[in-house]
Amino acid sequence: MRTDEPQLKGPPTAADVGGDETAAAGISPLRVVLIVVATIIGVVVLLLAFDFLRQRNANRIAVVGVAILLGVVGVFFLFWAMNRLTDLLPARFREGVRPYVFVGPALVLLGVFLIYPVFNTILISFKDGISRDFVGIDNYEFVFTDQDMLRALRNTAGWLVLVPLVAVSIGLAFATMADRLVRGEAVAKSLIFLPMAISFAGASITWQLIYSYRPQGFGSNIGLLNGIMLGLGQDPVKWLEIQPWNNLMLMVIMVWMQTGFAMVVLSAAIKAIPDEIIEAARIDGASEMQVFGRIIVPTILPTIVVVTTYMVINAMKVFDIVFVQPASAEVNGTVVVAERMIRWFFLLDHNGRGAAIAVILFVAVVPVMIFNVRRFREQEAIR
Amino acid sequence: MSVPVIPVPEAPDSRAPGDVRRGGWLIRIAIIAIVLVWMIPTAGVLITSFRPEGLVDTSGWWTALAHPFRAAEWTLENYRRAIDAQGFGNSFMNSLAVAIPATIMPIAIAAFAAYAFAWMDFRGRYVMFVLVVGLMVVPLQMALIPILRLFTQGVTLFGLRIFPDLDLNQSFLGIWLAHTGFGIPLATYLLYNYIASLPSSIIESAKMDGADHFTIFWRLIVPLSIPALAAFTIFQFMWVWNDLLVAYVFLGGAGQNRVLTVALRELVGARGENWHLLTAAAFISMALPLVVFFSLQKYFVRGLTAGAVKG
Repeated sequence: MRTDEPQLKGPPTAADVGGDETAAAGISPLRVVLIVVATIIGVVVLLLAFDFLRQRNANRIAVVGVAILLGVVGVFFLFWAMNRLTDLLPARFREGVRPYVFVGPALVLLGVFLIYPVFNTILISFKDGISRDFVGIDNYEFVFTDQDMLRALRNTAGWLVLVPLVAVSIGLAFATMADRLVRGEAVAKSLIFLPMAISFAGASITWQLIYSYRPQGFGSNIGLLNGIMLGLGQDPVKWLEIQPWNNLMLMVIMVWMQTGFAMVVLSAAIKAIPDEIIEAARIDGASEMQVFGRIIVPTILPTIVVVTTYMVINAMKVFDIVFVQPASAEVNGTVVVAERMIRWFFLLDHNGRGAAIAVILFVAVVPVMIFNVRRFREQEAIR
Repeated sequence: MSVPVIPVPEAPDSRAPGDVRRGGWLIRIAIIAIVLVWMIPTAGVLITSFRPEGLVDTSGWWTALAHPFRAAEWTLENYRRAIDAQGFGNSFMNSLAVAIPATIMPIAIAAFAAYAFAWMDFRGRYVMFVLVVGLMVVPLQMALIPILRLFTQGVTLFGLRIFPDLDLNQSFLGIWLAHTGFGIPLATYLLYNYIASLPSSIIESAKMDGADHFTIFWRLIVPLSIPALAAFTIFQFMWVWNDLLVAYVFLGGAGQNRVLTVALRELVGARGENWHLLTAAAFISMALPLVVFFSLQKYFVRGLTAGAVKG
């Protein structure tokens, strides 16, 4: 990069020795000044841009343009400037500091947006409804005695077993079968992936086109399932009010949305299995089921673990699907833990109870976290 | 300085044409059956979005299929009303202003962190990595209230201001930072898996050539990690674009900064009974994520599993 480097390889002359000394002293003063000036100018520009964004009557398109530029360019400028400033440090600190420059922004943001809230939530879970006085473990007592909460704990347990199980199974089966298609594999996979692009809230209302119920005399039934029931000469059914099966019907919505994710990731893993292995097994007379059970599944097991973990965490956090249903979750017994948390926090205005439920959720997730951390340690060992 | 060209390991291409694709009809029927079942709700939304308001409420959406060529059964009115709705263009632009930086920022920050975790040596590396990945499981909802309070009031501990009141509420910067903070754990997890699996020989040889870490990252790691970066771009973009909760909490339900999902929710009504508008709105908001998905799809498949399948 530096043009004067080749010269240093020549026989040492007085001039070269002098040049060498400057290099040893670090970066030339001019560059130091340039870097500092560039950093200051950059910061000033960023601040001006923020001020512009605060103006209420500015042109919308200009605001959006500045916002996008600021967000995208700003983050790269930040790293560039920090890296350059690190170069200015004395040589013996330089390489020790640089890793923290790389991980620093991530850690700072995590500290503010995830770690601080965790501690804050733990604190207010021991306080009363308006977060003023400490009430000991009253909120936790509530969590483990309230009927709806107990039901929510049971329901959530069901969600995080059934949803990942069904979604990953169908995804795996579909990926394996689609792999054998001569034509149309991409189309078939895209259609299964499509629901991923719909928002959670949108999807559950979408599903009312399937589940909707109207009693006789209150308009015609516009849900598909009741359309079928009427077509068969039966009475329409309140699908989302039959306990406990209504829980399964809500889980179907999440399975419908998440199977595409499992399928796409598993399909990629299946395609990465070398053909020779599968062909060799077939030549040795293995049946298709044996190829699937003894070769495909064991080979992609790490991927299955990653996908299942992701699904379990998502199922644990599910709330929108239950929350947006027009029928009351309490009356119909479809409550889940995250939905309880939101309801106590935002609608029933009892911060303490909402926070206690959140802490329960967090504690329930710890085993998953430990399992993952152990996996990473194993991966590190392999590398 | 020249950098050695490294072939990125690729999944084997589709099998040779002569290869026997076993299963034949049975598999084809099973696939078609699953696809049809999966398409039923989507088809319901699509058909409903093109039906007049009166019909949507009085007859099932599947009845439209009985006479597909009767003009009275179909209309574009729902889309016109959704697009004409108060401030639709405005909120579409706002969604872009939120989603693009909120996609790029976590990816950039997580990529730097993932590189450091994978290829730099420093004290506390292991603990920090476990912390970052462990935070993947914190429920987002749990973080909203404390952060909102942080944005509006700052933090005072024992009378000492330890976090300033930055007046970030209702601002783009506030929501970018929020989405970035929530997105970093998963992004770091995915990108680390990929970046750590790149062959160490290329990084060693770049170092021999005198490249510093910033140059290696920028000129070598980023181009080689395009598949993983594209994969996470799709995820993060879909998530931010479809997000209602974070946008509602940080940008508010009214005002000129509200995003598309919030605006569409207002249009549809809290009870979600205006199905003809709701379905049109759902398709409008789906369009852009699908464009992103289809344009990045070819990278998506390879990126996610590169680390995981190495086993």
